[in-house]
Amino acid sequence: MPESTDRDDLPQATVVPRHHRTRVSVVWLIPILAAAVALGIAIQRILTEGPTIVITFTSVAGIEAGKTLIRYKDVDVGQVTAVRLSDDFTKVAVTAKMAKSAAGLLVEDAKFWIVEPRITLSGISGLSTLLSGNYIGVEAGASTRSAREFVGLDEPPAVLRGEVGREFVLRAATLGSHNIGVPVYFRRLPVGRVVGRELDADGSGVTIRVFVSAPYDKFVTTATRFWDVSGIDVSVSASGLDVQTESLVSLLIGGIAFESPPFIAAAPAAEAKAVFTLFGSRATAMRPPDGTVEHYVLLFKQSVRGLAVGAPVEFRGVRVGEVMRVGVEFDPKVFNFVQPVEIALYPDLLRARSFDANRLLPPPMTVEERVKRAQLFVDRGFRGQLRTGNLIFGEKYIGVDFFPGAPKVKFDTAKQPLEIPTVPSTLDELETTVASILKKLDRVQYEEVAADLRKTMATLDQTLRDASALVTRLDTESVPELNRALEEGRRALKSADGSLAPDSSTVTDLREALREITRAAASIRALADYLERQPQSLIRGKPAEEDPK
Amino acid sequence: MTAAATTAMQAGLLSCETCELLSRPVHPERPGRCPRCGEALWFRLPHSIQATWALVIAATICYIPANILPVLTTNTPGSSDSDTIMGGAVYLYTSGSWPLALIVLVASVMVPLGKLVALAHLLVTVQRGVRGGHRDRDRTRLYRMVRFIGRWSMLDVFVDTFTVALVQLSPLMSVEPGPGVVFFAAVVVLTMIAAETFDPRLIWDSEERGHA
Repeated sequence: MPESTDRDDLPQATVVPRHHRTRVSVVWLIPILAAAVALGIAIQRILTEGPTIVITFTSVAGIEAGKTLIRYKDVDVGQVTAVRLSDDFTKVAVTAKMAKSAAGLLVEDAKFWIVEPRITLSGISGLSTLLSGNYIGVEAGASTRSAREFVGLDEPPAVLRGEVGREFVLRAATLGSHNIGVPVYFRRLPVGRVVGRELDADGSGVTIRVFVSAPYDKFVTTATRFWDVSGIDVSVSASGLDVQTESLVSLLIGGIAFESPPFIAAAPAAEAKAVFTLFGSRATAMRPPDGTVEHYVLLFKQSVRGLAVGAPVEFRGVRVGEVMRVGVEFDPKVFNFVQPVEIALYPDLLRARSFDANRLLPPPMTVEERVKRAQLFVDRGFRGQLRTGNLIFGEKYIGVDFFPGAPKVKFDTAKQPLEIPTVPSTLDELETTVASILKKLDRVQYEEVAADLRKTMATLDQTLRDASALVTRLDTESVPELNRALEEGRRALKSADGSLAPDSSTVTDLREALREITRAAASIRALADYLERQPQSLIRGKPAEEDPK
Repeated sequence: MTAAATTAMQAGLLSCETCELLSRPVHPERPGRCPRCGEALWFRLPHSIQATWALVIAATICYIPANILPVLTTNTPGSSDSDTIMGGAVYLYTSGSWPLALIVLVASVMVPLGKLVALAHLLVTVQRGVRGGHRDRDRTRLYRMVRFIGRWSMLDVFVDTFTVALVQLSPLMSVEPGPGVVFFAAVVVLTMIAAETFDPRLIWDSEERGHA
């Protein structure tokens, strides 16, 4: 404590009113405040701390630790914190810190993929990443079990959650050009896309998953047919050349179209994941259902070139079946080859109609009925014939019809499949005729004919030469004579001309003479008439005229 | 006893903090006001050590978030980068400009930390009554340095606010201040106030007390 002083020359401090002072400074509030704020921030940080996840990718183009974001519907939900290789160096593990609010997204079937600029024929996506760099997209799953480790997708998922619509399953023999993202058309309007494709487990076909967006998904009914509209559909068939394409895009990248056939009035909407068959073309897709199938075999002894599997079997121009198999068989007993053509007939398309009741009768149901009917048909001349549908392309089809004049054949009812006898085709008959003509021509002794011809030619040559000499002689000798004769003739004509002038005496005399002749002719006619009536007058003379008085 | 002259307090006098008028106290316990400028008079600033400690502790608390939290967030389309002070220094170093990295490191990390350590050192030595003439002078020099450097420590905050104000190319790029810069400013302000609340006369008092 300072000692009291006696330096009075220094000024005296002024008195201040006494006031209470605390022993502890209020300044301590500052560190308490700072601590409170810092602690508050720390607690907030801890509370908002989201989960840390690990995503495994096969490659991580453009992914940087501390920079790359994880986005869900373009909202940042996390950030990559580390990128490292897996222990066996085959994959890359990306560690990311997620926002707490995004924890709900992290379920077992959540999908992660790297968003990068993609340029495909169906569009350009991820352009924003050109500026910002790639990011990781996340798609929430449907599962409720949360997970922290994920396997990243190589390609973005085709259907994003929240997209309204339905997925359908198509079965096809081959994939065609249906890559993921290929459009699905309904009346040429793109309404969906291919979202997945995989080979069936047994390798027998391909399963294609398509997604049809709402509200167009309601047009997919149980009766809907799907068909392939990839590229240009050029089909050469018995009906000619057919070129079909859905759109320019589908021309380039392919596509699938669907439609409900018009002959089915109304069908309930198809369930999601309903399975459909993918037809090759609209024509095959929209064909009425074939109903039950009956198999028959036709044995042809001629070439079946141009007859393809699937070629129609027509009855008077109506398609009633199709060719299932074309083969060749050898019969060693008679040493003959035959071409068995197996056909499928759709009896529903060849129904009997009761004309009394004017309604279709049901097709034969039992095997016995079928055999009986076939027997009846064949006995009445039911035959198969190979016909040419298209002369340019040589496409053939099978025509079945009744040939009343066809030779009788024995119908083997025990044979399976039943055999329908064949008759040669009309073109084939023509061919045979032409061949026989050719054969006859072949038999002609061409050498003798040629020798005769040569002889004739020589004679003709001589004759011509003689004729030529004759003409020369005529030219030199007869022509001057002829000229003279003509001159004299002309003179005679001129004198005749003078005597025949209208006022000349010759003409007047001639006219007089003619008049006399006319009169003479008249009297002769009267005589003739009289003689016709009274021929006896020639002998008895003209009878005396009876006086009418 | 080398340069240690008799202090005013020892002579029972006190000098005004503002106009430096030497005057006699009304009462040793309650010295009263300066007769010339009216400033409250103290032999020594009341609660100097206590208040300085409080401020130094507050600054130390703020120093932690100032370095952990980002000071600057750069937004470009699709990405946003948040940088802390150390992150910036590391970035400058890795991008090749180590002199700049050094400046940032010294001005933004070392200096605030140095100030805190220096003030803590002064407080501890005063409280423990460390003696030694040349040490007193060193400590006084340290104190002067702390006070001098204080006014330059806002450089970071200054650069930060300037960048934020200037780089606003809205669709392409924008820069936002991070929460770290608030804490950094708090560290600077608190250490400056701490340097002011610390009464350097206590340095000599402790020596005197040591001799007493």
